[in-house]
Amino acid sequence: MTHVPISVTVDGTVYDGEVEPRTLLVHWLRDSLGRVGTVVGCDTSSCGACTVLLDGRSVKSCSVLAVQADGHSITTIQGLAEGEDNWHPVQTALKECHGLQCGYCTPGMVMSTVDLLSENPNPTEEEIREGLHGNLCRCTGYHNIVKSVQHAAEAMGGAK
Amino acid sequence: MTEVLDTSTPMGRPLKRKEDARLLHGQTNWTDNIQLPGTVHMAILRSPMAHAKITKLDVSGALDQPHVVAAYGAAELGDLNGAIPCVWPVTDDIQMPPFPALAVDKVRHVGDAVAVVLATDKTAAYDALEAIDVDYEPLPAVVDMEAALQPGAPLVHDGEGAPMSNECYTFPLPGTGIPYDEAKAKADVVVKRRFVNQRIIAGYMEPRAVVASPMGMSNEMTVWSATQIPHILRVLLSLVTGLPENALRVVAPDVGGGFGGKLQLYREEILAVQLARHLGRPVKWTETRSEDMVASHHGRDQIQDIEICATKDGKLLGLKVDLLADMGAYLQIITPGIPLLGMFMFPAIYKMESYDFNCVGVFTNKTPTDAIRGAGRPEATFAIERIMDELAAELNMDPMKLREMNWIQHEEFPYATIAGLTYDTGNYEAATAKAMDLFGYDELRAEQEARRASGDPVQLGLGISTFTEMCGLAPSRTLGALKYVAGGWEHCTIRALPTGKIELITGTSPHGQGHETAWSQIAASILGVEVEDIEVVHGDTGRAPYGMDTYGSRSLAVGGQAIKKAAERLVEKAKVIAAHQLECSVDDLEFVDGAFRVKGDPEKAQPLAAVAFEAFSAHNLPDGVEPTLQAEATVDPDDFSYPHGTHLCAIEVDTETGKSTIRKYVCVDDVGVQVNPLIVEGQVHGGLAQGIAQALYEGVEYDEDGNLLTASFADYLIPSAADLPSFVTGTTVTPSTTNPLGTKGVGEAGAIASTPAVINAIVDALRPMGVTDVLMPASPQNVWRAIEDAKGGAA
Ligand code: FES
Ligand code: FES
Repeated sequence: MTHVPISVTVDGTVYDGEVEPRTLLVHWLRDSLGRVGTVVGCDTSSCGACTVLLDGRSVKSCSVLAVQADGHSITTIQGLAEGEDNWHPVQTALKECHGLQCGYCTPGMVMSTVDLLSENPNPTEEEIREGLHGNLCRCTGYHNIVKSVQHAAEAMGGAK
Repeated sequence: MTEVLDTSTPMGRPLKRKEDARLLHGQTNWTDNIQLPGTVHMAILRSPMAHAKITKLDVSGALDQPHVVAAYGAAELGDLNGAIPCVWPVTDDIQMPPFPALAVDKVRHVGDAVAVVLATDKTAAYDALEAIDVDYEPLPAVVDMEAALQPGAPLVHDGEGAPMSNECYTFPLPGTGIPYDEAKAKADVVVKRRFVNQRIIAGYMEPRAVVASPMGMSNEMTVWSATQIPHILRVLLSLVTGLPENALRVVAPDVGGGFGGKLQLYREEILAVQLARHLGRPVKWTETRSEDMVASHHGRDQIQDIEICATKDGKLLGLKVDLLADMGAYLQIITPGIPLLGMFMFPAIYKMESYDFNCVGVFTNKTPTDAIRGAGRPEATFAIERIMDELAAELNMDPMKLREMNWIQHEEFPYATIAGLTYDTGNYEAATAKAMDLFGYDELRAEQEARRASGDPVQLGLGISTFTEMCGLAPSRTLGALKYVAGGWEHCTIRALPTGKIELITGTSPHGQGHETAWSQIAASILGVEVEDIEVVHGDTGRAPYGMDTYGSRSLAVGGQAIKKAAERLVEKAKVIAAHQLECSVDDLEFVDGAFRVKGDPEKAQPLAAVAFEAFSAHNLPDGVEPTLQAEATVDPDDFSYPHGTHLCAIEVDTETGKSTIRKYVCVDDVGVQVNPLIVEGQVHGGLAQGIAQALYEGVEYDEDGNLLTASFADYLIPSAADLPSFVTGTTVTPSTTNPLGTKGVGEAGAIASTPAVINAIVDALRPMGVTDVLMPASPQNVWRAIEDAKGGAA
């Protein structure tokens, strides 16, 4: 199959590569770049585990082709706040409120929350639940995820 | 009861988890992350049919495809085609048909594995599946359990020597107490119901994955698997493949949830190991989610005929349970035993004079079933808690009052139940009082009355579930008596390293439960060190050689005991060394805040870290004391422990659309002594969500030909945040007496208790309309149908 050249900024680094046109962004990130912090949970764009930011807006990286990311900037869970001591308020909140257990949904949950709060810095519980409806978590029952988002909103100065 | 929180040690404190930093930064080690040089990727051709003869299978076409290294059907695989053993043959005459890794001649469920392709590129491996030439001759499929048992039904297994029946086994529990008919003869009221506990999936978010990597010319093999059971897997893989166990290392790296679904030896694990050995290079397989839906075991799937009898005052006399349990097409490792774990729990928290149980395991042309969160106990709890509500309705009695009348009083523990168990401790009164208070039971009942009176199209229902469960699998002797092949002990080794750090090696294998944090808390409390100074090693048979892994809410109840014992033994050994160093007798020393101190002379002290260094340098050890400071313990539990709780659900049911909306969910769980309340609460939340999901949203569905209708996450409804409420949770603490930490289990509690609470609430809302049951999942369609059926029945 013919390959197409692409150039994508991932977590601040520019990657030039060649991909099959059918390659999904998430597979390119994981298999070609080794950015394995972003994960795959399904094959029907249902779970949101693969969520990344594309030019600052959340997308399911399993429903974007790598070629579509050409010329764009991707932020993954690994680039949101690099280094163990560097925490985005959303990451901090999830730890504080025990908003994760196995952690598999977590990268997607974090990235979706970052986007949600940038759109709506002070969401109600209902808006949080609706806003995250594309991200499935099997471990937490969402109770503490909702609390985490509220906590993050407060920390980021959104909530009154 | 007042709980005194001892703040001097980390035990019992809601510490934030050690695990979280790397999980939150994407610094994880999922099996699918592993990329080894020379890897070949495995793709599996699966049957599109529920039951068929394979009339032609030619894999050679796949070999011509780009990047393909090898391709096999059962014929090409020959002796490498291992079979999955069932390690729980529940009766002497159980039918245990062969379960080969690749199907031989016949396929028996949609998703059955037919052929395998290995390619250096993952996508190429999947592409090459299309070049395999395969023909099937369809056979009639059996999907429904009752139809499967009819004479003349198509047989799932009809090989030579197979009995001409789809019955896998019949297990009667010899009646306990007085004969059921005698109890029934004394009864004023008899209520009989049929409940269907539908088939569900585990739904862990990380798909299964395995990497098998042989080491050069030696026999050695490392297997990484997204599994809950690295230790058991190692034994089984060795038995199945013939690889010497001592050359096999199994690692469960970060594992993204399990819920029983990764308590398994899967055919893909066997194939990966066999082919890695055969090809001499790493083999990797990661399932797609759609593959998971057909290839990973399902759970539940029982038809329950339940009869309960009581006096007119509501005193329970007897319970009779007849189960049909769907095994699916093959027996996975503990498929037949799952309903029997429930067998003990049908009588639940109630006193009665008679209990009769019978279970028939049935083969059908569907994916095999096995453990899913609760494994047998949710099914049992559902049945008893549902029928208690039906009995209350029959007696025209408040359902909580009926329960109170019949449950074991707190002063009656330990209590020998009619099912033959001895419940250690419990206080159903306390948990219920607290839950009722948080719920506002009386106000909600008043609102219900008002809505009924005004004919509100949105009716309110209140559902109760007062549950208990047995956890802490398990006393090995009990397992032996139940014909389970292995034991139920747990192991811990603790090493005090010369630099002052502690290595805690556990045989449990967490996949979200926070063992790294909780185990550190237990050990730190005994060793007087900082939680941060303890490293918990788990899930790797190379570094943690002994263990029985994580399932059945056993890790703390059993593994916790091993940690405590190992830590205490370590202190004992250290004390001898410290006494020698401090030139005093062992009896003169006390161990306080991580240091040995001479009683009455606190200045003379030696911290544990210093002792560890002395044990390492070994320059000045007392005679007869061996260098290094470590201790180990392997603990077989004396008995199970029995957490319990009271769950209350208020639900609004729109009688026009059938839509149910949870208004309030309250639960008070008693899981004994808590090591980390934050983690306990999280486990309860997750369990609630999973149990509520079974009640309202989830269900595996097949059509009559055995085609899976819920074949992806687009069709199988795992609830999102938008589908669930927040929960009101509380706890009471009644310490267990079957282990020295006083802990019980919490991993399954929420999932066991919540399903009947929700369905009881829906039926309660609709009872004035004549509704006495609603099929799960209680989707708007199913609720609407129940209402229509009731109308029809009344007409
Ligand atoms: S992997 Fe499930 S939505 Fe992308
Ligand atoms: S934390 Fe396990 S799926 Fe969300």
